[in-house]
Amino acid sequence: MGTYVLKRIMSIIPVFLLATLLTTGMIHLSSVDPAEAYLTAAHIQPTDEILAQKRHEFGLDQPFLLQYVNSIMKICQLDFGISYVSNKPVWDEVTYRIPATIQLALGSIVIAVLVSVPLGFLAGVKKNGLIDHFSRVLSFFGASVPSFWLGYIFIFFFSVKLDLFPVEGIGTWQHLVLPSVTLALPLIAMYTRLLRASVLENMQEPYVLFARTRGIKEKTIMGKHVLRIAISPMITGLGMNLGKLLTGTIIVEAVFSWPGFGRYFIEAIFNRDIPVIQCYVLIAASLFIVSNLIVDLIQMFIDPRISRKEGQQ
Amino acid sequence: MMTRIRKIFRSQKVIPICSMVLGILIIIAIFAPWIAPNDPIAVNLVYKLQPPSWEFPLGTDHLGRCNLSRILYGTRISLGFAMLIFISSLSIGLIIGTFSGYRGGWIDHALMRFCDGILAFPNLILILGLVGIFGPGLKQVILAIMLVQWVYYARMFRGMVLSLKEHNFIAAAKISGSSQWKIIKNHIVPNVLPPLVVMGTLEMGWAIMDISAMSFLGLGVQPPTPEWGAMIHEGKSYIRTNPEIMLYPGLVIMLVIVTFNLLGEALSDRYSIKRRF
Repeated sequence: MGTYVLKRIMSIIPVFLLATLLTTGMIHLSSVDPAEAYLTAAHIQPTDEILAQKRHEFGLDQPFLLQYVNSIMKICQLDFGISYVSNKPVWDEVTYRIPATIQLALGSIVIAVLVSVPLGFLAGVKKNGLIDHFSRVLSFFGASVPSFWLGYIFIFFFSVKLDLFPVEGIGTWQHLVLPSVTLALPLIAMYTRLLRASVLENMQEPYVLFARTRGIKEKTIMGKHVLRIAISPMITGLGMNLGKLLTGTIIVEAVFSWPGFGRYFIEAIFNRDIPVIQCYVLIAASLFIVSNLIVDLIQMFIDPRISRKEGQQ
Repeated sequence: MMTRIRKIFRSQKVIPICSMVLGILIIIAIFAPWIAPNDPIAVNLVYKLQPPSWEFPLGTDHLGRCNLSRILYGTRISLGFAMLIFISSLSIGLIIGTFSGYRGGWIDHALMRFCDGILAFPNLILILGLVGIFGPGLKQVILAIMLVQWVYYARMFRGMVLSLKEHNFIAAAKISGSSQWKIIKNHIVPNVLPPLVVMGTLEMGWAIMDISAMSFLGLGVQPPTPEWGAMIHEGKSYIRTNPEIMLYPGLVIMLVIVTFNLLGEALSDRYSIKRRF
């Protein structure tokens, strides 16, 4: 098991290197010259001399491979360069905004788990029952509704008409409700389906039949055995969907004027603030890679068969 | 009533119904100039924020443009570009995937590691990153989506080539003297087509969602071009007084995506294909 863990951890290094290669290479795809963009943003008249000096400062006159190595070294020290717009280190700007995004993401994960675990479980236990139909409609709706539109519908009903929640901004828990519900809906859709399918699958397993023949109460079988095993794909789903969740925060933050990392990213795209764009993309990728790793490891502890299978290959 | 609806959704009628809805949408997209009652981009401030009437069946927006006409014209952009994205990323994926699987060796290895690198990013974030690098605009958005989306097809086709190489029926067909054309027509196409159709259907739904999300963020379609996401973007300022401006385009997006999702699911059930999430 130890070697498997080590192997799995080592396997993220090449992926991470590739990800940094892509973000470093991005600048060269762009028509924007970073030195020029920096000077325009800082309101300095670009002359050839200053441009050359800035290019040298950014290391753009070096060969690509050296730039790449340098950028990896800098990233390891959490140095993502300086924002063209605010002239401050990107990392400071990011750490200032990240808590709001984490708050939003956690809120929606909590809602998603609280709704989808009972719903998916009950839908699976009573297939084709009323709850099952409801869950099916909800998960279809959740998977198909554009969240930027749903957010405004919520604002219209709950803020404008009923005046229950504030329209936008951040601060109290009331501010958090509408954005996190909007963000949670696609997750609810996915987790409910996952759990339902997994409960149905597990009910066909021989251990359920065995428990029944032993005369164990149906409630105990379902609650204690089936649910515990069936929930495992949901953990995978949670980890795999962190990327989707992050994408969701971009849109939801735009709808509810939530002052988080996602909105900052969109602003950066409009301003062509390339260091910020690179930083966001890289953080998103790292989060995605690391969360997949953690999910794999958690799964391995829950189900030791996985590492044994890998070992045999 | 409920049982009847349930029956429809459980039976094989989903596929014809969804195909019919799609057919109607395609007809609307093609014949939009003849169907639409008004010019979708003609600004007329005299008629701004009108309620529904015979002349403007769904009312007008803040610039006096007919909402219905804008939605009908929006079909062209969403369906047209989703189709373009599908076909182009499919072709790139087909070429690279089959080449990679067929050649094998270090080329295959290098290409697949590159794909892994792209898959290390959540896809919409990579698309947004590319748009940030290229600059906002519909062309850039389409290009960015294509650059990311082909990877899935490349991997799919590579996997297919590898597994087909192993299959005995191909070898048997070769030995029994079938021509290459006949092998492709009788053995390879029927194996490749069903998963492709399913993937394409789901892909169209995603592409439409992505395009409208980009336009909503202001990065994709630029005004005054009528597009559903852009309409929501423009209509959001009037949410207090005229919520219907953004209500209709959202409903249409949902209808289209529900159709594609239902169709994709029904098709994958029929051909029992495992989908990716």
